[in-house]
Amino acid sequence: MNFIYDRLLGGKNGMIGIAILAALIFIVLPIGLDLFRLNMVGKYLTYAFAAVSLVLLWGYGGILSLGQGIFFGLGGYSMAMFLKLEASSPENTAIQSTPGIPDFMDWNQLTELPWFWQPFDNFGITLIAVILVPTVFAFIIGYSMFKRRVGGVYFAIITQIIAVILTVLIVGQQGYTGGINGITDLRTLHGWDIRTDSAKYILYFINAILLFAVIFLSRYILTSKFGRLLLAMKDKEDRVRFSGYDVSNFKIFVFVLSAVISSIGGAMFTLQVGFMSPSFVGIVPSIEMVIFAAVGGRMSLIGVVYGTLLVNYGKTVFSETLPEVWLFLMGGLFIAVVMFFPNGLAGLWEKHGNKLTACIKNRQCVIAVKAFIENKRAKKAPATSE
Amino acid sequence: MSISDYALAIEDLTVSFDGFKAVDGLNLYIEKDELRVIIGPNGAGKTTVLDLICGKTKSTDGSIMFMNKEMTKLAEHEIVHAGVGRKFQTPSIYENLTVYENLEVSYPKGRSVFGSIGFKCTQEVDARIKEIAKEVFLEEFLDMESALLSHGQKQWLEIAMLLIQDPQLLMLDEPVAGMSVKEREQTAELLKGICKGRSVLVIEHDMDFVASIADKVTVLHQGKILAEGDMKTVQNNPKVIEVYLGH
Repeated sequence: MNFIYDRLLGGKNGMIGIAILAALIFIVLPIGLDLFRLNMVGKYLTYAFAAVSLVLLWGYGGILSLGQGIFFGLGGYSMAMFLKLEASSPENTAIQSTPGIPDFMDWNQLTELPWFWQPFDNFGITLIAVILVPTVFAFIIGYSMFKRRVGGVYFAIITQIIAVILTVLIVGQQGYTGGINGITDLRTLHGWDIRTDSAKYILYFINAILLFAVIFLSRYILTSKFGRLLLAMKDKEDRVRFSGYDVSNFKIFVFVLSAVISSIGGAMFTLQVGFMSPSFVGIVPSIEMVIFAAVGGRMSLIGVVYGTLLVNYGKTVFSETLPEVWLFLMGGLFIAVVMFFPNGLAGLWEKHGNKLTACIKNRQCVIAVKAFIENKRAKKAPATSE
Repeated sequence: MSISDYALAIEDLTVSFDGFKAVDGLNLYIEKDELRVIIGPNGAGKTTVLDLICGKTKSTDGSIMFMNKEMTKLAEHEIVHAGVGRKFQTPSIYENLTVYENLEVSYPKGRSVFGSIGFKCTQEVDARIKEIAKEVFLEEFLDMESALLSHGQKQWLEIAMLLIQDPQLLMLDEPVAGMSVKEREQTAELLKGICKGRSVLVIEHDMDFVASIADKVTVLHQGKILAEGDMKTVQNNPKVIEVYLGH
């Protein structure tokens, strides 16, 4: 009992935070939003996986990765490859010169399924791949960087370069990857049509449950000695090293873990959105993920989920009305967060949340809001009657 | 005495940085249970010697035998596992953690990735943390964020973080720098207590403090040993007076 209370939920405050977020995601949003908007929230929540992974890696570990999109993409593409193969049954693709292979391969004069596509006709293997591919990839990057003690800005730049390389590779090898369009026209999972309304609801809830599972896992790890060691390394790496720890192993582990978490988000993205393309792999999405984490509060597993939702909501609103302004606004937001509230929304909540709850307890707030509403009504009433 | 009887036997140790020999053919032998102080002018290579022993700097030549094991080829954490603890010149503690957490993180169990995730702070660990905290006069500050400690208390905390690992060789780089007179006296008492059952190597500039703790003093100058012996002999050595103590 204590284990669940202290280690997974994070004590009283942690539990309240989890409960509020759970109520929002599982009850308020599904009831309050139409399916189109809910599906959009579901999409945003897949980015929240990447934001949570950055709490581990960047917030606690002090390792800034500008390449979480790589792993988001690896998970997304793994899932997309499976769904694409199912959608490319010989019956569906009978008009192609080589039936039974994905349409974009046929367009690029491929006559055979490439070897690395073949395992993805099995859903079990695909799920393993969603975990295993980013693990291997992150391990290779992490091992070669951290064993050589590459860190800080250099690491950030290298992850960014890898994100670029991967994008270029995907775009350039369009016969194998679907190119710039990505892998589109995904339909069914073992015959279950993922485009129907009911499927969208189910996938939304599966995604939400997975997100909470990932938050619990992260909380468990961060409240262990491992979490304290991450904080210690961030502060005095040499002291940790000369206290008998192989610092690089700890960094590799947290990097791999963050990669896997991002990858799960990517796989859920593909399922909910119905396609995957290189525009979710490169520099821009990777940096956006960092901004989600920064705005939400990079030390808070719950905060980053709100950060992700809020920034994406802003992005949707602005890109519908003032699309050219959005990127500047986003950049400005990032600078403002870093300069003025480095712990993001979660930091603001910690600082001022007590006042707010005290205010609600005293009911002053409620009285003030009531007075405000009545005031407005009183003003509005004559106007509407005329 | 043969080499194997010493806790630490350094022979012909040399390190050169772009041709500059910071440590030049050094021979140093430290016995078990000995407290040795290294003194010397700035740039004599004192801190470099500690860096070489704990693996922070790799030697160009020579050998470092600790408990009959060659250290020069080992990684830093392996040297720690062999029983060498090193305190840095400026207090290196984790300022974002409490005193208790600083000691918990330094506890020598759960040193691997998965070991640390599964690590449980048992009663045994808890008792040990409290015992060590008491030894360094910090038992009342266990729940305090360590950034709020005074400079002297930070130095003690770092010593405690090493003591909890029970090292066979403890290396302290200027442990009383920036301490008040009273704190210096307390630290001298502390060092006399902790050198029982282990070897201690101290770098220090404060001659009164050196006189109050040292069994044997080694004077380094330009990467080489200038003189070695008890405090009195060294203080009266004309070469030492000329390069270091004089004026």
